[in-house]
Amino acid sequence: MQRIFGLIKDKAEKLLAGGTVNRIIGWTGGEFFYDPTPAVFKSKEELEGLVYNSFCASNLSKYLINESKKDGKILALLKPCDTYGFNQLVKEHRINKDNVYVLGIECSGMIDINKIRDLGIKGITGISEEDDSLVIQTIYGEKSCRRSDVLLEKCLCCKGKQHMAYDELVCADKPTDGSCQDTLEASAKPSESTTDRFEMVKKLEAMSPEERYSFWRDELSKCIRCNACRNICPSCSCVKCVFDNDASGIASKANTDAFEENLFHIIRAFHVAGRCTDCGECSRVCPQHIPLHLLNRKIIKDINELYGEYQAGKDAESRGPLTDFAMDDPEPGIVAERGGDH
Amino acid sequence: MYKIPVNHLTQLFSLISGDRALYAPIEKNGQVRFGRWSESEKVSLDKLNTIRSAKDFFFPQSENLVAFKTEGKKITIIENRDDSEAFILFGVRACDAASFDILDRVFLSEPVDTYYKARRDNGIVITLACSEPEETCFCNVFGIDAANPAGDIATWIVDDMLYWKAVTAKGDAFTETVKGLIEKAGSFENLFEAAGSPEEEKLKKYKENVKKIMDSLPLHDLSLEGFNGEALNDKFNSPKWKDLSEACLGCGTCTFVCPTCQCYDIRDYDTGHGIQRFRCWDSCMYSDFTKMAHGNPRTSQLERFRQRFMHKLIYFPANNDGVYSCVGCGRCIAGCPVSMNIVKVVKAMGVDKNV
Repeated sequence: MQRIFGLIKDKAEKLLAGGTVNRIIGWTGGEFFYDPTPAVFKSKEELEGLVYNSFCASNLSKYLINESKKDGKILALLKPCDTYGFNQLVKEHRINKDNVYVLGIECSGMIDINKIRDLGIKGITGISEEDDSLVIQTIYGEKSCRRSDVLLEKCLCCKGKQHMAYDELVCADKPTDGSCQDTLEASAKPSESTTDRFEMVKKLEAMSPEERYSFWRDELSKCIRCNACRNICPSCSCVKCVFDNDASGIASKANTDAFEENLFHIIRAFHVAGRCTDCGECSRVCPQHIPLHLLNRKIIKDINELYGEYQAGKDAESRGPLTDFAMDDPEPGIVAERGGDH
Repeated sequence: MYKIPVNHLTQLFSLISGDRALYAPIEKNGQVRFGRWSESEKVSLDKLNTIRSAKDFFFPQSENLVAFKTEGKKITIIENRDDSEAFILFGVRACDAASFDILDRVFLSEPVDTYYKARRDNGIVITLACSEPEETCFCNVFGIDAANPAGDIATWIVDDMLYWKAVTAKGDAFTETVKGLIEKAGSFENLFEAAGSPEEEKLKKYKENVKKIMDSLPLHDLSLEGFNGEALNDKFNSPKWKDLSEACLGCGTCTFVCPTCQCYDIRDYDTGHGIQRFRCWDSCMYSDFTKMAHGNPRTSQLERFRQRFMHKLIYFPANNDGVYSCVGCGRCIAGCPVSMNIVKVVKAMGVDKNV
C-alpha cells in the first residue's frame, strides 16, 4: 500500500507540474488513520495532504459531475469499481469527460472500520497490514484479526481489478506502461471473491411474501431519512431530487405513515434500475446499516434474467437494457409468468 | 449507594418494567439501539454509542402538534398530541445525559415547549459510566466526566457488580420505589444491597482509572480556544469553510445521529379531511432548511455546512453562558459518509497552539 501510494503521488505531482491537469481529486488524511475525506488538491504543497490507504472507500466519480464543469482538467484517482460509476455518468452526459484525466489506481479491497469495532475491538489508534493479517493498536493493547474478515461488504463481491475507464494506470508491480492492465488482471482478486453477489437476493426470493415483507419492514423501518444513500449514489444525479422539492407535495421529512420510508427506497431503486453499477456505497454510508444494496441487486438480477447479463458502467457508450428496444425483447407478460399462477 | 450483581439485572429490569416502559441499549444483529426492554431482548452494557442518541425519547424524529378540521367557514382545532407515558431510560452514557441539559436550555426556556416537557417529566434517566472510552470520545473537552454521568440515577459496573446512586430527588424517589418492589417480590436476596465504604473505595479507584484513560485519548486536548461570541465575524468570514465543506454530501446523517442537534420543521399534512400539523427533525444540511417566503437564506452547501458548526461552537455558547452545543460523543466521527466532522472543523478553524 505504501509503495502504490508513493507511485500515485509521484504521478499526480508530475501531471500537475507538466500542466496535464490543474488539480487533483483524491483523499486527504483525517484525525485517525481510518477517516480520509475526499478533497481537491491544487498545488504541490497541498498534495502533501494526499493519502491512499485501505480506508479510501468513497467513490470519487460523483464529485466529477461538478468538478468537470469547472475550468481546466482534473486528475481523478479512481479505483477499479469507481470507474463503473464514472462510465455511467459519462454515458448519461453528467460528466464532461474532456475535463477529466483518470488515473486508475490499484485496490486490494477496502477495510470496514465498523466491522473491526463489531469484533469488540475498542479504542483503535493504529493498524498495520501484512497480507491477510491485521495488527490493530488500541488504547487497550494490541489486537489482531484477518483482513478478509473485515472487508467492506461491497468488496466481498469485488468486480475485479480491471479499470473500465482510464487515461493512465498505476500499479505497484510494474512501471507505469501499457502492461499494467495485464498485471492487474492477472493478480488475484482481493478476497475469496467466490461470494455469489445474488446469494441473499435468492434467499429473499425463496421467502414467502409474509417473511419477505417482514424482513424489509424490519430493515426499512430503521430509516431516518438522512438521504445519505441518495446523496452518495453516483446514479442519483438529479439536479434537484423530487423529495427535496417542497412544491412536489411529497417532500417528506417525516413519514406520513409507517410505509413511507419503504416507498422512498423502492422508488429510488427503480429510478436507478439499469443504471446502478452495484457499487455498494448506499449500504456503506447508511448510518442505520440497512442493506439497501439488496434492492438494487434484486433489480440487477431480474434485468440479467430478462435481458441477458448486463453490467452498468462497463462502458460509456452502449445502450442500457431499459433504454433500448429490440423486437425480441421479453414482453411484460413474462413478469407475470415468472410469478407463477395467481 | 446500592449494589446489584450484573447477572441479576434481568430480574431487576423485570421488576421495574412492571408498571412502565423500560428502554435500554438493545443489541440486535450486532447493532446496538435504544429499544423497549423485554426478557427476550439482549441488553448491551458494553457498547458506548448507540446508533441514534438518547435524545429521541424527549425530542422524537416526528410528532403530532395539533390538527384542524374545516367545515365551511368553521375551523375546529383538535388536540392530537402523542400521549406521553411514564418511562425509564437505562444505560444512558455521560455524553448523552449531558445533551439533555443542552436540549433543556432550548425547549424549557420561555416559552416552555410543553410537548418536550411532558416527556422530560415522565422520564427517569438511569445513566451508566463508561469503563472503556473509545478513541473517538472527547466529552472531557466539554467538562463532562465519563466516569461520573449525570441523570436521575447514576450507575457503574465494576467487577460484575452494578453500583447504583441516586443523583436527583426524582432518582431518590425511584430508588425507594425499587426497594419497595424488591421487598414486595420477596424472593430476591442480594438483589439490591446497600454498598458500604469498601465499595466506595473500589468505585473511587475505578473512576481514577477511567480518568487516566480519558487523559490518554487522542482527542482529549482538543482546544476550543477562540470559539466564542466575540469571534463570530472572524469565524463566519474565514476562507477555510470552502475546503472544509468541499466534500460534504449534504445528507443529514451528522444532524440526525447528533444528541444535541435540535432544529425542527413544522409542516401541515393535508389528510383530505383536514390538516394534521406535525413537527419533525430538520437538518441545516438540507437545501430547504429555514426556507421562507422570499426563498432560502443559505443557497450553497458551504453556507449550510458553516451554519451547523457556527451554531454549535459560536451562536449557542454566545447565547447560553458559554455552553457549547456538542458533548463529544463521537457519533458524527463514526457516521459521516465522507468522514468530515466537528473535530476536523475545530482543529482547522481554531487557534493553533503550536504557532
